[in-house]
Amino acid sequence: LAPWVPVVGLEIHAQISSNSKLFSGSQVQFAAPPNSLVSFFDASLPGTLPVLNRRCVEAAVMTGLALNCSINKKSLFDRKHYFYADLPAGYQITQQRVPIAVNGCLSYSLCIDSKMSQMVTKTVRIKQIQLEQDSGKSLHDDTRSQTLVDLNRAGVGLMEVVMEPDMCCGEEAAAAVRELQLILQTLGSSQAVMAEGQLRVDANVSVHHPGEPYGVRTEVKNINSIRFLAKAIDYEIQRQIEELENGGTILNETRAFDSKLGCTVPMRDKEGKQDYRFMPEPNLPPLILYDTKSLPANMNHQQVINIDWIHERLPDLPSVKRKKLVEKYGILPEHSFTLLNEDGLAEFFESVVKRTQMKPKKVIGWILNDLLSYLKQHSLTVKESPVSSFLLGDLLNLLEKKEISSTAAKQVFAELWKGEGKTPLEIVKEQKLGLLQDQKELEQICQAVIDGQENEVIMMMLG
Amino acid sequence: AALNDGLRSQVSAALKEGRVAPTELCQRCLALIKSTKFLNAYITVAEETAMKQAEESEERYKRGQPLGILDGIPVAVKDNFNTAGIETTCASNMLKGYISPYNATVVQKLLDQGAVLLGKTNLDEFAMGSGSTDGVFGPVRNPWSYSKQYKEKSVPKSHSEESNWVITGGSSGGSAAAVSSFTCFAALGSDTGGSTRNPAAHCGVVGLKPTYGLISRHGLIPLVNSMDVPGILTRCVDDAAVLLGSLAGHDPKDSTTIQDDFEPFELPNLTDVSKLSIGIPKEYHAPGLSSEILALWSKAADLFKNAGAKVVEVSLPHTRYSIVCYHVLCTAEVASNMARFDGLEYGHRSDMKDSTESMYAATRREGFNDVVRGRILSGNYFLLKQNYEKYFVKAQKVRRLIANDFVKVFRSGVDILLTPTTLSDAAPYTEFIQEDNRTRSTQDDILTQAANMAGLPAINVPTALSKRGLPVGLQFIGRSFQEKQLLTVAKWFEKQVQFPMIQLEEVKRHDSGVFQHQKSASFS
Repeated sequence: LAPWVPVVGLEIHAQISSNSKLFSGSQVQFAAPPNSLVSFFDASLPGTLPVLNRRCVEAAVMTGLALNCSINKKSLFDRKHYFYADLPAGYQITQQRVPIAVNGCLSYSLCIDSKMSQMVTKTVRIKQIQLEQDSGKSLHDDTRSQTLVDLNRAGVGLMEVVMEPDMCCGEEAAAAVRELQLILQTLGSSQAVMAEGQLRVDANVSVHHPGEPYGVRTEVKNINSIRFLAKAIDYEIQRQIEELENGGTILNETRAFDSKLGCTVPMRDKEGKQDYRFMPEPNLPPLILYDTKSLPANMNHQQVINIDWIHERLPDLPSVKRKKLVEKYGILPEHSFTLLNEDGLAEFFESVVKRTQMKPKKVIGWILNDLLSYLKQHSLTVKESPVSSFLLGDLLNLLEKKEISSTAAKQVFAELWKGEGKTPLEIVKEQKLGLLQDQKELEQICQAVIDGQENEVIMMMLG
Repeated sequence: AALNDGLRSQVSAALKEGRVAPTELCQRCLALIKSTKFLNAYITVAEETAMKQAEESEERYKRGQPLGILDGIPVAVKDNFNTAGIETTCASNMLKGYISPYNATVVQKLLDQGAVLLGKTNLDEFAMGSGSTDGVFGPVRNPWSYSKQYKEKSVPKSHSEESNWVITGGSSGGSAAAVSSFTCFAALGSDTGGSTRNPAAHCGVVGLKPTYGLISRHGLIPLVNSMDVPGILTRCVDDAAVLLGSLAGHDPKDSTTIQDDFEPFELPNLTDVSKLSIGIPKEYHAPGLSSEILALWSKAADLFKNAGAKVVEVSLPHTRYSIVCYHVLCTAEVASNMARFDGLEYGHRSDMKDSTESMYAATRREGFNDVVRGRILSGNYFLLKQNYEKYFVKAQKVRRLIANDFVKVFRSGVDILLTPTTLSDAAPYTEFIQEDNRTRSTQDDILTQAANMAGLPAINVPTALSKRGLPVGLQFIGRSFQEKQLLTVAKWFEKQVQFPMIQLEEVKRHDSGVFQHQKSASFS
């Protein structure tokens, strides 16, 4: 049987982290009472007009720069038409003709084996980033044959990031999305929490034989976590391979991932293909961005966005941060990868290193093996850790000064975990875990033991 | 003060000097609206709020602190502008009973300056039409139908007045009729393809279409976003300048308004036109242009020539494509703009409950008239993926050519273009409705449409009465954002032609001062 080459591309919608929506002044907030964050424009009241939110443009420029894109100094807005209850205007404002950023790339790392001992770097091309409106939410109440519509989310700014089909499996897609998530969170352009709908991923999947043209692709939607993303993609790849090997064909359709069953199912029917009747958005002039060279002399600073100015102020991206950690602390790349992968863990590590004399190379073991496994066991985030970096630092100092053994240290750690407010020193004293350094005292104890076990000693000396 | 007074010249002064009180002025207008109800110019008369505004204005005048020249001046607004607390219907079943929670920027500006909002005027449904005959509240009647001038000249006396009345033109017919019949001193209309200038010509009033981007569209329910402008209807050019000054300027809520500062201006009294170059575009000698209007146009050109201006024939070669081009772009935008009317958030919602989709379909069928639905269907067709390049993009390219025609002509040294506004004087209603809306629009928009394509300012100035005793106007088209020059020339022309005042029985009854200033036309 000829080998199959799976091809995976992604369309990712990241909600922009901003105070107000993309084209109106209403607030952006998760889980507010239904329809409490809806401006006249969001409700599509006739006669209202869109006004572009500067912060959203800056977020998109930052993201484009971080993903190595060319920022289009002139981009355009379009209307994408379809009728749906959560789309009050009957069209979405998006950027179909000329988006704000194009032709970038994202590097991400994968572990070769499950022991996290070897990493490999891959790249995925970023086709484009476009600004567009989010839709509202509709809840179908079948028992009462009604649909409930909440427009709080309608009009919130989104960045759609399109990743070219350079990935080959669920693991790669998951790693790429994870890296994107970290980048967005570092930039602050999106909080990118999938559970809160701030990051939504649709996967385009197809398979083909090497040397042959790409196969028909399906779109997989309704994926709620990075873990499910990998599962959904891998399932879909398998499904397509099986279908084709059994002589079937793949339909160019949209499928939803059913997380309970772990499979993809065709989505409720969309008769034929939708024609979105794209049309330029007449109420928004072209979006013009400047760089230092093209910035006109008398321009009002409030009215323009300078790409170079934003570039100069970009924070260190995860890849840079990881390198810096490796260089500064002499830890392995895999370690630094994990440090950045857990929210707050890198900061925790650095805080511990500051507080203790123990070498970072040793501290890292405690962070990754002990602290992290405890956190995972109890499903806690670093922020929720009952053991603070100070406490851990103090504990490691005791170990470093040889006041306790490493076994004892683990015991103390377990005790600290209970979060009863005791310091490591207090626990050591309480449980008498201190290492005896006094030679004389040690001799006394040994002598006492020997004295108490006369018979055994004689037996031992006789061989 | 009389109801026919110009703002600057008389009414404002009278208010300031206390010779007439705002409440009295308001009451007289309201009474006149009642007695001219048969014109059907108003959809909603906001009697209570208007009187309240008048009272507040009166307080300010008493304290010697009027807000400006518009304080206490009764105005009317076309019913496609949002007015908070007052119904906004667009003359459609879709928005019957719709009370907007906000004021359009232009409405807010008028109110902020103390104007008294009398009510909302009638129009073609969603501003689609050139007769103001296709709204759900019925057609608007041209006040001139009841004028002494028309009755004297009107053919077969056997025809009753009822069937002989003529249309206002459209789609801002209600506003034009309101100004023409003295029920208000100024009115807002909208202009997308001529909808302010056309009824202005038929009703014998000044109709100004400002440069696109000069006046905010925030709150104007759109027809074609890339061509719509709020229009100004007044009884004289000076008043139009006053209104323009109070409305123009950047609006952060409308991203298509220009950022530049706008300076309101007073119109100079031009006496020397020798430095002017007037262009006469030959393509505006359009098929169907009445010989009467042709003669009038020619006479006007001579008027300028004899006064020393340079009058040249020019060419705008792509004029003949503007209607077809407009049809594609307009219907495409209509299809898009009307998509929001689904019955979900506001407006009419059908009782059909089988599914969301069936509810949408029923709501839109019940809410929109044939004209609107026809344009939506056409527009959707042009926007289909397979048609987009062929129609929409092509039309945009043609639009660019049309705009360039004007650029070339203005660059060649011409200051102002002089053209007819309409093909003929107002048609009797019974005759007008023989053809469908689309045919009529196609015919009537030909002389006004191109200015919308190019975003240029244009103004109708009432010129003379036709053989039938009905108003005929001529149009001036100016350079972008050169309203001052445009209005200055228009004012000069207005002074030369001395267009006669309408002689209306109803007005006579309500306002004895009116006929003190009767003038006769020097042009006929």
